[in-house]
Amino acid sequence: MVAELSRRSFLAVAGLLGLTACGSNTGREGSAAGTLRHWYHAYGEDGVQDAVRRYAAAYQGAKVEVQWNPGDYDSKIVTALQNSAVPDVFEAQVKVEWVRQHQVAPLDDLLGDARDDFLKTLLDSQTVDGRLYGIPQAVDTQVLYYRPSLLERAGVAPPRTVDELVDATRRLTAGGVRGLFAGNDGGVAVLTAPLLWSAGLDLLSADGREPGFDDPRAAAAFGKLRELHQGGGLLLGAPTDWADPGAFVDGLVAMQWTGLWNLPKITAAHGDDVGVLPFPRLDAAGAESVPVGAYSAMVNARSADVDAAKAYVKWLWVDQVDHQAEFATGFGAHLPARHSLAAKAEPLRAGPGKDVVGFVTASGRIASPARWSARANTALADAVARIAREGADATGELRAALGVARDEIARLDR
Amino acid sequence: MSGRRAALAFWLFVGPFAAGLLLFTYVPIGWSAYLSFFDARNTVTPTDFVGFDNYAGVLTDRAFLDSIGTFTVFAAFVIPATVVAALALALLVDRVPVARAFFRSVFFLPFACSYVVAALVWKMALFSGVDSGVANTVLGWFGGEPQAWTGTVDPPLYWVVLVTTRLWLQLGFYMILFIAALQRIPAHLYEAAWTDGASPGWQTFRHVTLPGLRGALVAVLTLNLINAYQAFDEFYNILGDSRGYPPFARPPLVYLYYTSLGSGGQDLGRGSAGAVVLALVIALVTLLSGRVLRRVG
Repeated sequence: MVAELSRRSFLAVAGLLGLTACGSNTGREGSAAGTLRHWYHAYGEDGVQDAVRRYAAAYQGAKVEVQWNPGDYDSKIVTALQNSAVPDVFEAQVKVEWVRQHQVAPLDDLLGDARDDFLKTLLDSQTVDGRLYGIPQAVDTQVLYYRPSLLERAGVAPPRTVDELVDATRRLTAGGVRGLFAGNDGGVAVLTAPLLWSAGLDLLSADGREPGFDDPRAAAAFGKLRELHQGGGLLLGAPTDWADPGAFVDGLVAMQWTGLWNLPKITAAHGDDVGVLPFPRLDAAGAESVPVGAYSAMVNARSADVDAAKAYVKWLWVDQVDHQAEFATGFGAHLPARHSLAAKAEPLRAGPGKDVVGFVTASGRIASPARWSARANTALADAVARIAREGADATGELRAALGVARDEIARLDR
Repeated sequence: MSGRRAALAFWLFVGPFAAGLLLFTYVPIGWSAYLSFFDARNTVTPTDFVGFDNYAGVLTDRAFLDSIGTFTVFAAFVIPATVVAALALALLVDRVPVARAFFRSVFFLPFACSYVVAALVWKMALFSGVDSGVANTVLGWFGGEPQAWTGTVDPPLYWVVLVTTRLWLQLGFYMILFIAALQRIPAHLYEAAWTDGASPGWQTFRHVTLPGLRGALVAVLTLNLINAYQAFDEFYNILGDSRGYPPFARPPLVYLYYTSLGSGGQDLGRGSAGAVVLALVIALVTLLSGRVLRRVG
């Protein structure tokens, strides 16, 4: 009897499994027709999730469901765009691939008179072949945070050249505090582009038709990262990564390269003892820089109702100026994407916040151009990692990365 | 039971699982083989047939060849270490006069732990690069300099972290296999050996215990080999970060993950070609090792 029962329930369970396997994964369960699904990545700052849910609830035109996506959000979006009508609206940075595969809807008609109010570089970065695919939500940037008191004690001036940065990192390392934290990969991921800019180069040429680092100076710039690695002052293997202020807040390092968004937590921990710098220049022929990126609101071209999705995006990211202002500066610190709001943003009108606004205006560079593909990026990051971490020959490594980058650019226009 | 009812019962029981196997295993394998002949970026329904280009691409890709090398190094560390340590543990636990079940459980428990959780504990607590990490604290007692365990390439200290994670996680399981095999060696063989004058230490082990464990050894080696090929969790969680993965210690599955599912550039054609190549390599190595081990046995 016992055996009989368990066999029967086993079958029932197996049958149920079979049923659910067939019935699920339409991506549509649990919401009524006409509902818009809006995806965000998981912002680390408290309060953002509540805020965006509040904005969605206030929209009269349709019912909007907000989904918060912790984990590897960028990969999730790419997968969803392949053949799913969900999400209808999402935040991301435009990729040429998506445009070529007709996965995202153009949004040029949403801006109207507001077009001139948006930072032009941001709009340009979300434009492919003359059409706009994302409405910038807020500007993210990264800067070099430092503790003036620690620099003073070590007799080190705030570094304004890459050599000074290498030197400062070494000299600030003492008594359990290390000089610099730029991620557990030693800056490979976040400093690659700033190093190119420091030498007056870039990931892509100005027109995006050529790699921008076919130059012996690229090898020189990445050689400096090798020097940083060999100097012993770089923190590696920290409990949190570069995007989190943990290492700097906990006093493990004197300097950290991380996002503007961490400014509130950092000033809460160190008060006035906080300074910010752009990434320094390699030499007189190069330039200081800060990377600029913007998650933008985009519309899935496979959405069941593209027009409704566009109307909602227009309402939230073009018309609702108060929401946009709160979203940018109410929780972490981001620069608003619009001139009119940036001028009014309270946390950015004094101290380090004001300095960062100056850096973005004077030397902001687009961190992730739409024509710079993931495969090209991996090839370059691998090359930089081998140069900086393993001491590989810079010229040879960069030649390989250039080959991949050229391939990828050619593929985009095929 | 009539033949018909038996057939009905058979399909009732087997049907759902056969359907599941077909739908979720064989169809994806076939589809993957199909994709490997197309330029399939960001799509699973490609139209651009490219013949063997993806195979040529993957076989000339230094990253893919490196990943095979990474696997080889990893297997060369982990397989012998697992076999020796699991066998030693089994012999010890089997000999413990008291609380045998307790010791067996203690060593087996890590097997119940998630690879991801263990990887995070290893990365963030035991082998964290800050001076207060457990490994660095212990080093400090002996006057050693703190090390960036997962970040140091020269010497490649990250292997210490990767290999110890896996050993901790899997030793208990293989120990149990060996204990089971040890208990199946008939006691009279030992008595006979001792009567014939064999000394109870190495001699008995070499001529009685080890031959009795032959079957278990083959099983442990094969399972270990396949497990090493499947290495992903601890590598991805220990060395990967939100921005990607370093160019070293990238095992084949991590390479395939970034090629076919990584953010931005989902190249399913090339990823599928890599998966097919890898499947062939695994099948070949497993067949060969099975044959070699059987001959040795």
